[in-house]
Amino acid sequence: MQKKFDQTSDPKRWGAGVLVFAILAMVGSISNAYIISLLTVVLLFAFMGQSWNLMLGIGGQLSIGHALFVGIGAYSVAILNIKYGITPWIGLILGAAIAGLIGAVLAWLSFRFEVRGIYFALLTIAAAEFARIMFGGWDYVGGMQGLFFQAPTGSMDLAMLRGDTRFYYFVALTLAAIGVAGTEMISRSYLGYVWRAMRDDDDAARALGVQTFRHKILVISISAATAAIGGGVLGLVQGAIFPDSIMGMGISVDVLIGPVVGGLGTAFGPLVGSMAAIPLHHAMGALGDSFGIPGLNSIAYGAVLILVVWFLPDGIWPAVVRLYGAIQLPARVRISKLQEVENDRAA
Amino acid sequence: MTALLEVKNLTKSFQGLVAVNDVSFALAPGRITALIGPNGAGKTTCFNLVAGALSPTRGQVLFEGRSIERTPPETVCRMGVARTFQIVRPMKDMSVLENAMVGAFSWTTSVKEARAKAYESLENVGLAGKANARTDQLTLPDRKMLEMAKALSTRPRLLLLDEVMAGLRPTEAAGVVGVLQKLAESGLTILLVEHVMRIVMEVASTVVVLHHGAKIAEGKPSDVVADPRVLESYLGAGFHA
Repeated sequence: MQKKFDQTSDPKRWGAGVLVFAILAMVGSISNAYIISLLTVVLLFAFMGQSWNLMLGIGGQLSIGHALFVGIGAYSVAILNIKYGITPWIGLILGAAIAGLIGAVLAWLSFRFEVRGIYFALLTIAAAEFARIMFGGWDYVGGMQGLFFQAPTGSMDLAMLRGDTRFYYFVALTLAAIGVAGTEMISRSYLGYVWRAMRDDDDAARALGVQTFRHKILVISISAATAAIGGGVLGLVQGAIFPDSIMGMGISVDVLIGPVVGGLGTAFGPLVGSMAAIPLHHAMGALGDSFGIPGLNSIAYGAVLILVVWFLPDGIWPAVVRLYGAIQLPARVRISKLQEVENDRAA
Repeated sequence: MTALLEVKNLTKSFQGLVAVNDVSFALAPGRITALIGPNGAGKTTCFNLVAGALSPTRGQVLFEGRSIERTPPETVCRMGVARTFQIVRPMKDMSVLENAMVGAFSWTTSVKEARAKAYESLENVGLAGKANARTDQLTLPDRKMLEMAKALSTRPRLLLLDEVMAGLRPTEAAGVVGVLQKLAESGLTILLVEHVMRIVMEVASTVVVLHHGAKIAEGKPSDVVADPRVLESYLGAGFHA
């Protein structure tokens, strides 16, 4: 009887996930370089969006400064690799640890002094902007001129995490898959229940024994660490990092657009949302350049956001699920499913 | 028998307004005690002091001999004191079962164990058949029961109920009374804040009456209703039975 409710073992959900990623892997094997590099960025932002989604969609904590963590990850990888020739793997781990720690300290200070909700979000912007300006004035890391990676020599070097566009596509795809599976696993574990309870009503959660102070710090720390891993890979993919590009507000917006458009708090939302929004952003940017209309891409972002909030307030993915549910599971089937459970319980 | 919960000289003032004034009482294990009084008597404030949602200005709350009056609510809960809220607070995008599971994570990290406990809690309040329903599909009495199930999943030794009967029809309230009696029989101690006198008479073994923040009577329900001070507080001076 209990198995039925254990959605982690629901083969349909996992099957759908595997299918989606198999198709994406095929796309990566046959497409041309432009599409691959665009999709690489989409997948990386899907992964980073997933980390942001964990924090707001499940943990209920809003950040508008995720560029801080993305940038920390990118700089950790770049500094170690460019200055000391150390493998990006170490940089990714170190970056995640530093970002996780900074996220935890930021959260601890903030909640310790009752700075919550939207005020905490403002604090994240301030922290990201502070870091951007600090890195811009820091000669050791190249200041505003940034840091440049050496061009990769072969098509693939897993130990040094260097390779061609196709290699990075598969790295990004792996990360995106880990992001979806990880979110699904976390949200079905006790953390998912406790975090959602805390998100919906802090006082009610505390009355049920949830140590919300500790859990807020934990969710923010995990989100920061995973965003830093995405940032580290993003830096490698771009081949160079600058404070304005890797720690700017633009990155914070790119990170959150996926989950907001795709569906907050869902495992697939950030992926679906990034797929929809980021190519549009690029296409409109290109279109704007060729017609001499600057800012067309930002207008496109704004338009997508308004349309989604207006017509699909929970995002694209939940709407798809509803549609699918309407086809697959008419009311009578659902009732008979409930009946089955009842019978099981009686037995 | 030693008391499970002891409230000693509890006082709470809000910027000079004394909401609870030097209140003392004790709860014997396995009994239902009701905290009653007219509107504004300080019942809910007193309740929140016991539950750890408020800190008293003076006085002590001892649970199993340990002082809990300055302990945060999540710790009070983990010590074995669960509460419900007067305004029902279901978590909206979780099913009835999932709502009831959250409390269990105060003592386990196993989803399986939490699920089993949640079923047991739902069964205890007669909601097991609606385990898969969404919370917005529940009627008000069912939501009140869900609040109780959520609290029961924390495995409390003391259950604090804030006006569980408010807004219920008499037949629905009778259902709640049955559940409470069953829980008390299983050894759970219950403190009830209630406005509806008639129900209190039915379930409580002891009644504590508050008026203007002070305790004016304590005893068996039948004795308390005969107390002229109690009648006065509810109905005004000059009314004697």
